[in-house]
Amino acid sequence: MSEHHHDHDDHSELSEIELRVRALETVLTEKGYVDAAALDAIVQAYETKIGPHNGARVVAKAWADPDFKRALLADASKAVGTLGHVSRVGDHLVAVENTPERHNMVVCTLCSCYPWEMLGLPPVWYKAAPYRSRAVKDPRGVLKDFGVSLPKETEIRVWDSTAETRFLVLPMRPKATEGWSEDKLAELVTRDSMIGTGFPLEPGAPS
Amino acid sequence: MNGVHDMGGMDGFGKVEPEPNEPMFHTRWESRVLAMVRAMGAAGAFNIDTSRFYREALPPHVYLSSSYYKKWLLGLEDMLIARGFIGKAEVAEGHALEPAKALKRGKFSVDDVERVMVRGKFGRAAQAPAKFKAGDRVRARNIHPATHTRLPRYVRGHVGVIERDHGVHVFPDSAAIEAGENPQWLYTVVFDGAELWGADADPSVKISIDAFEPYLEKA
Repeated sequence: MSEHHHDHDDHSELSEIELRVRALETVLTEKGYVDAAALDAIVQAYETKIGPHNGARVVAKAWADPDFKRALLADASKAVGTLGHVSRVGDHLVAVENTPERHNMVVCTLCSCYPWEMLGLPPVWYKAAPYRSRAVKDPRGVLKDFGVSLPKETEIRVWDSTAETRFLVLPMRPKATEGWSEDKLAELVTRDSMIGTGFPLEPGAPS
Repeated sequence: MNGVHDMGGMDGFGKVEPEPNEPMFHTRWESRVLAMVRAMGAAGAFNIDTSRFYREALPPHVYLSSSYYKKWLLGLEDMLIARGFIGKAEVAEGHALEPAKALKRGKFSVDDVERVMVRGKFGRAAQAPAKFKAGDRVRARNIHPATHTRLPRYVRGHVGVIERDHGVHVFPDSAAIEAGENPQWLYTVVFDGAELWGADADPSVKISIDAFEPYLEKA
């Protein structure tokens, strides 16, 4: 599907669309709707303030602090709001816990809903047709595309993000990490492990 | 609307292809499109549901053959033209030709940037008591609105169980067509794989959607 055909591979489309984007931006600024500097600042904020490091800190804290984990599972927006060092988070964040019995996986079949304050902007595959179409019908097949396999008896729960609720998967804490600091634990938490299409890194594995 | 954006359960799109070390933006123009959509939305030119509706309403062949941010660009142009903020000739010319239309919250400036970096609030006061509670069996209604809806086709007509109550939220079906917020109760509804995909479905799979009360009836 052409969603995999990135524009940077296609120079004619690139220049055409670049001109079109520039034209629209010029019209919007000339009409006084937006400051070009404000657009720069939005891009900069996306590039610097959000990203999976925010989610990783939340997960690591939940692994290390049982009270925080309880609070996170009860009301994730409220619990994350108590952490000063994590980017501000909006309402309606829901954390769902992986256990040996149940694996959670998040999708948005209708568009691209994603907990971006926690994970950054969604990757292309999350927004593209193969994932959106198959995640709800054949989640094990999708996990295989990621090189992930789960025991046959593990329940797979797919969360389709059809409203303004946003889902963050709380993966299982890797073994042999007893006594680790939250900072060290956070380094094991991958973006995909918080979407449910991957696992955290194992201690000692190359990151 | 029953558009190609409603992809859950469709076959034939191939494998998921993760890109190692994917950058946040692949080209500069993608980041400008994102910024323009966020800025114009925050300035009050449209709400999030309307912007989704305009992307869904792109012709199916355009939707399927355009990259993600190209869809955003096309939807943004269509929406701003339809609402009279810009003219077709201005887009073609690449310059302002007509006077501006007033924005609900005024010009988007640097001081507004922090505001767009936190998601909006969609919770609202209840207009009526909730019809359902956790544990209730419900059927997703067999409805096919031609306008925006967040009830995916693959659950329509199927029976699931209410798992969570999220309180009352802005109803996208109304907000997208500027018919007001019309707040509705929102629930997580869980379906068995076999209920949605038939007897051959993987018995270990359950799927949930978040469904607004008007999407549901007692089963």
